[in-house]
Amino acid sequence: MNSFSLRLPLGAAAIAGSLLLYASRPTAPRLAPDPDNAGLKLPAGFGALKVAETGGKARHLVVMPNGLIYVKLNSAKDGKGIVVLKPGADGRATVAGGFGSYGGTGIATQGGYLYASSDVAVYRYKLDGQDQVTNQSQPELVVHGLKKENEHESKSIALDPTGNLYVNVGAYSNACQEKDRERGSKGMPNCPILDSAGGIWQFKTDRLGQREQDGTRYATGLRNVVGLDWNKQDNKLFVMQHGRDQLHDNWPALYGDKESALLPAECLYELSAGANAGWPYVYYDQQKKQLMQGPEYGGDGKTPAKGNYLKPAAAYPGHMAPNGLLFYTGSMFPAKYRNGAFIAFHGSWNRAPEPQAGYFVVFQPFKDGQPSGQWEVFADNFAGSAAKAASGRADHRPCGLAQGPDGSLYVSDDSKGTIYRIMYNAK
Amino acid sequence: MRGFRYIALAGLLATGIYSLPAQQAPVKLPGTVRPKPHPTPSSPLAASMARGQRVYKNVCLTCHQADGGGVPNMNPPLIKTDYVLGDKKRLVGIVLRGLKGPNEIEGETYTQNMPAQAYLTDLNIADVLTYVRNSFGNKASAVTPAEVHALRDAPAAGQ
Ligand code: HEC
Repeated sequence: MNSFSLRLPLGAAAIAGSLLLYASRPTAPRLAPDPDNAGLKLPAGFGALKVAETGGKARHLVVMPNGLIYVKLNSAKDGKGIVVLKPGADGRATVAGGFGSYGGTGIATQGGYLYASSDVAVYRYKLDGQDQVTNQSQPELVVHGLKKENEHESKSIALDPTGNLYVNVGAYSNACQEKDRERGSKGMPNCPILDSAGGIWQFKTDRLGQREQDGTRYATGLRNVVGLDWNKQDNKLFVMQHGRDQLHDNWPALYGDKESALLPAECLYELSAGANAGWPYVYYDQQKKQLMQGPEYGGDGKTPAKGNYLKPAAAYPGHMAPNGLLFYTGSMFPAKYRNGAFIAFHGSWNRAPEPQAGYFVVFQPFKDGQPSGQWEVFADNFAGSAAKAASGRADHRPCGLAQGPDGSLYVSDDSKGTIYRIMYNAK
Repeated sequence: MRGFRYIALAGLLATGIYSLPAQQAPVKLPGTVRPKPHPTPSSPLAASMARGQRVYKNVCLTCHQADGGGVPNMNPPLIKTDYVLGDKKRLVGIVLRGLKGPNEIEGETYTQNMPAQAYLTDLNIADVLTYVRNSFGNKASAVTPAEVHALRDAPAAGQ
């Protein structure tokens, strides 16, 4: 991979050239989608193209005002954990180098900085006037020493407009059982995991070298969050929780496998400082529309939750693994999408022996900063076919979401590393 | 009488009818080539495989999936791995005591721990491992309840 570094200066020159071209264009050109819409099923009027193949497990991504794309890979490829994609005239992009030797999930940008996370730390990079990273090999260390055990390791990040950084620290457990995922094992009293994980931690963006204990536990009782975004209308952080697994496997006398394939809900939460969503003590049953007591803590599938916990703002069927959340603020898509939420459902595994589900991007309408109305599948068939989705053997798995400067929706796939771009083409 | 039943079963199989009463039904193994010569349903191996398939469905399938292919980045495949085809003691130990990650399996790193399944009986474990070692394209010797029993109180493996 020596030729890689040799090509870099050339690549940088090419980026600068194409950015000039891009910026000088008076109106954005209408881009032709792929003839098959990149294999996706979309609502009428929408089209899609494959932007690029990163060849890595593409987790979250950001698109800069000039069209440059930064993609965070789950594990570094050829020593590079962040891939740079340079936009071309046809709406696609080409790989133009990379940096950051660590794998991870989170990436976000604000105020002239690019922030990216490993599974234990958050770094930031200074951007120049062309949105290019100036200190590729010497990022500033914003946070380190984040709790990481053998489960839910990814540290997704979000930024608010007032200089705060939000980091998910996932619980290193399914339901805080004494023996994780063992049949019939009881929940630990006063779940000790919550001291250092199972919540969202808040840090200052401009303080370097913070450790987890220097931050604030902003919200707790969240098992694992991968998709999260700041809502500018409501001025609140919204997060998608991955609901607990294995109600039937671990409590076969209380839950049938059909029930357990749909329960509990994958939940959207609107957070405020001090919020407690109740994991591991409770879960949300989207059919009963009720918080329920978890079976590890005396529940039996019928007992409503004891205690007062945050109710979800919206709920979706179980195990579909929401990995990306994006509030759409663009004007390319029709008005109904404005300020609504897109959610990338990575796809289930814990529905077996029932058919798996997910592998699509959902649209959740919002009004005045609150979910309003029924969610719908927006972009489907990342799996390649209904049979591949049902068996869980999907070709592609949607993970990250980002909005482009023209209002296109970008979706990353952490299975094959494809980057998609969805556009509205009708008048 | 026995011979007659076998021929009748074979006939039913040939016409694709599998809806026999449960205790007589030959096991249909999804995605596997039927071994030749075809063991009669009453052979010890076939009986163990049939029981093992049931244990697999009830206990292992949720994580390792119906095709034994596992779940990317989470639960490893059970297809021709060293763990499945190799040392039976290590394999039995995984079911009895679980497996602590991270481990590299078929070139991928898995961090999540496998929970112990020690509540299963010696026969359950022997059957399910015999089933796994002879399904999903695997071919290896059977595991016996005595082999499992001998390891019940042995120290933890694979740490
Ligand atoms: C809760 C999920 C879960 C269940 C249930 C489960 N496993 Fe596993 N299994 C795992 C995980 C995770 C690993 C990998 C552990 C590691 O290395 O980090 C694993 C590893 C293994 C391995 C060794 C690695 C390989 O792929 O060859 C074998 C063999 C195995 N499991 C067999 C079984 C059998 C047989 C059952 C049923 C009796 C079972 N497992 C039930 C999650 C599970």
